[in-house]
Amino acid sequence: MPELSLDDLKKKATQIRELIIRITTEAGSGHPSSSLSATEVVTALYFGGFMKYDPKNPSSPDRDRFILSKGHACPVLYSAMAEAGYFTTDDIMTLRKLGSPWEGHPNMRRLPGIEASTGSLGQGLSIGIGHALAGKMDGRNYQTYVMLGDGEMGEGQVWEAIAAAEKYALNNLTAIIDRNGYQQTGATKEVLDLTEFQPKIEAFGWHVQTINGNDMGEVVAALKTARGVNDKPTCIVSKTQKGYPVVPLLEAEGDPNYHGKPFSPELAKKALELIG
Amino acid sequence: MYLGEASGLPLGAATRDAFGNALKDLGATNDRLVTVDGDVGNSTRTEPFALAYPDRAFNVGIAESNMVSVAGGLAACGKIPVVASFACFLMDNAFDQIRMSVAFPNLNVKLVGSHAGISIGEDGPSQMGIEDVALACSLPGVTVVVPSDAACTIEATKACLELEGPTYLRVGRGKVATVYPDGCPFELGKAITVRDGSDATIIANGLMVPGALDAAKMLEADGISCRVIDLHTIKPIDRDAIAAAAKETGAIVVAEEHLHHGGLGSAVAQVVAETAPVPMGFVNVGDQYAESGDPQGLLDKYGLTAAAVVDAVRQAHGRK
Ligand SMILES: Cc1ncc(C[n+]2csc(CCOP(=O)(O)OP(=O)(O)O)c2C)c(N)n1
Ligand SMILES: [Mg+2]
Repeated sequence: MPELSLDDLKKKATQIRELIIRITTEAGSGHPSSSLSATEVVTALYFGGFMKYDPKNPSSPDRDRFILSKGHACPVLYSAMAEAGYFTTDDIMTLRKLGSPWEGHPNMRRLPGIEASTGSLGQGLSIGIGHALAGKMDGRNYQTYVMLGDGEMGEGQVWEAIAAAEKYALNNLTAIIDRNGYQQTGATKEVLDLTEFQPKIEAFGWHVQTINGNDMGEVVAALKTARGVNDKPTCIVSKTQKGYPVVPLLEAEGDPNYHGKPFSPELAKKALELIG
Repeated sequence: MYLGEASGLPLGAATRDAFGNALKDLGATNDRLVTVDGDVGNSTRTEPFALAYPDRAFNVGIAESNMVSVAGGLAACGKIPVVASFACFLMDNAFDQIRMSVAFPNLNVKLVGSHAGISIGEDGPSQMGIEDVALACSLPGVTVVVPSDAACTIEATKACLELEGPTYLRVGRGKVATVYPDGCPFELGKAITVRDGSDATIIANGLMVPGALDAAKMLEADGISCRVIDLHTIKPIDRDAIAAAAKETGAIVVAEEHLHHGGLGSAVAQVVAETAPVPMGFVNVGDQYAESGDPQGLLDKYGLTAAAVVDAVRQAHGRK
C-alpha cells in the first residue's frame, strides 16, 4: 500500500487519466467521462496509503476492499490497478476486445483484485455490506470502500443498503458518491433530482462529508477523517465534474455529459495535451 | 459476414430503432400512449416519442422497480404505458414488480427490453439480456414477442399496443438483415413460414431468422430441404404450425439468441413433445454467460452462426 505525497498523488492521477483516455479511445467504446470524474478518489485509495493490498496476493483475507458499483467507470479502476502492479498497462490496452478479461464492466471471475462483478447499477453497496459483515464475523480489520454514481443513487436498493449499514453499525464501510451531476440521459437535476445527499444520508445515521472530489487535498483529508470514525458507516459525497479536467473540450463538442462515448483520436490528442 | 448476408438479405435498421420510430408515429394518433423510462431512453429509443410528446413521457431515473410499478398504476387508470429499458435491467431487476404490478393484475403494460442478446458486444455480459425470454414466458398472461427485422418490429409494436393486456417485446441494439423487404405479414401468435421445405424445419426468432435462412441455403446444396419458420410470438405459441412442421418434415431445430433454458427452444420442445415427437436440436447461447467483444466475434465464438444451425439440422435429420 504505497503512500504518496500530495504532489505525487496528483501526478499519479494524471498518469491514470492518460491511461483512461488511451484505452477507451483504443477500444472505440466505453465511458471515459464517468472514469475521469472519479480519478482523484480512486488514485487516493490505491496510492494515498488508505487501502492495504498486495497485487501478488490479491485474495488475502485481510485486504481492504474497493467495489466499483458504477461499474461502467472501470477504465479508472483498470488504470489504477495497472499502475499498482496487478497487471500491465499493455494488458489494459486490450479493453473490451474479444478474449480480453478487461471487459466493458468489471468481472471478478476473470481478473485478480476485482471485488465484485458490477454493471447493473444499484448493487455494489449491498455487496459491500456483505464484505463488511463478514469482516466483523471473522474478526478481521479491513475496510470496504464502495463507489457509487449520483444517478445510481436513484436505485431503491441503494437506500435499502444505507438503512442496513446503519443497523449493523458498519464502521468498516465507506460509501463514496461520485456526485458529477450527470447520468445517462441528462443532468441529475433534470432526470431525478435527489438534491443534497448529505442531510438525507445523515438522517439514516451515517457520518457524511461533502467535498470537492477533484481536489486531491480534500479527497485525502476526507478519507483520513472517515478512517477516524469508529461508531458508524461513513459516506463521502464527492462533488466532481464529469470528464474533469477536459470538460471545456466536451462542451466544445456540444455534450458536457459525454456519457458512454469514447473520445475520437483527435479529441483524445487534445485531451492528453490539456492534462499532460 | 452478418447473419443473412449469405442469403443476399440487405442489412436493415436495428430493431430498437424500428420500435422507437413506430412508437413515435403511433403516439400521434393515440393519446393514451405514455412512456416510462429508467434513464436509458436514448438507448432504448423511446427518446423520439419523449421529445415529440414530452407531457406523456416520464423518466423516473435509474430505478427499474419503481419504473415498472409506476407503469402498472398508469395502466390501471386507462393509460397505455410503454416501459422500456435494457432487457436485463427491465426483466431481471424488476421481476417481482412485473409479477405483482403487471402480470398478476393483468394490466395493460407494454414491456420493451432492448439490448437483447450477446450481440450488444463490447459492453459485456452485465448488459446482455439473455434470460429475459425465460422470465417473460414464465409469467401467466404475458404475450412475448421477439421480432426478427425492422419491418417485423414495426408490426409487432403496433400489435402489442393494440392488444389489451400485458406484453413483452424484445429488440436488439445492432443492425440486422432485412427478412421482409416488402413488409411483414405479422399476426400475433401466428408463425410465418419464410421458406418452405420437406426434410427438416428450422424454427427461429430475432437475428437467428436470417441465420436460419443462410443455413437452409447451405443445406439445400447437401440435398436437405429445410422449412424456415419465424416464430416471433413465443407466447401464445403457434401450436399448429409447430405440429405441422414436426409431422411434415420430421426434424426440428430451434435457433435463438438466448440461454438454453426457458427460451424459444423450451417452448417449442414442449409443443413437439405434446403433439408429434420428432428429433430436435437447439442452437443458442448455452448455459453460460458471454463476455465483452465485437458483436460479430461474439456470435461466432458462442455458436450463433449459420454453420452451427447446419450442424444441428444434420444431426437431427440423421436421427429421423
Ligand atoms: C440497473 C441499471 N440500469 C441502467 C443502466 C444503464 N446505465 C449505465 S450508466 C448509466 C448512468 C449512470 O449515471 P451515474 O450513476 O450518475 O454515473 P456517471 O456515469 O455519471 O458517473 C445508466 C443509466 C445500468 N447500467 N444499470
Ligand atoms: Mg453521475
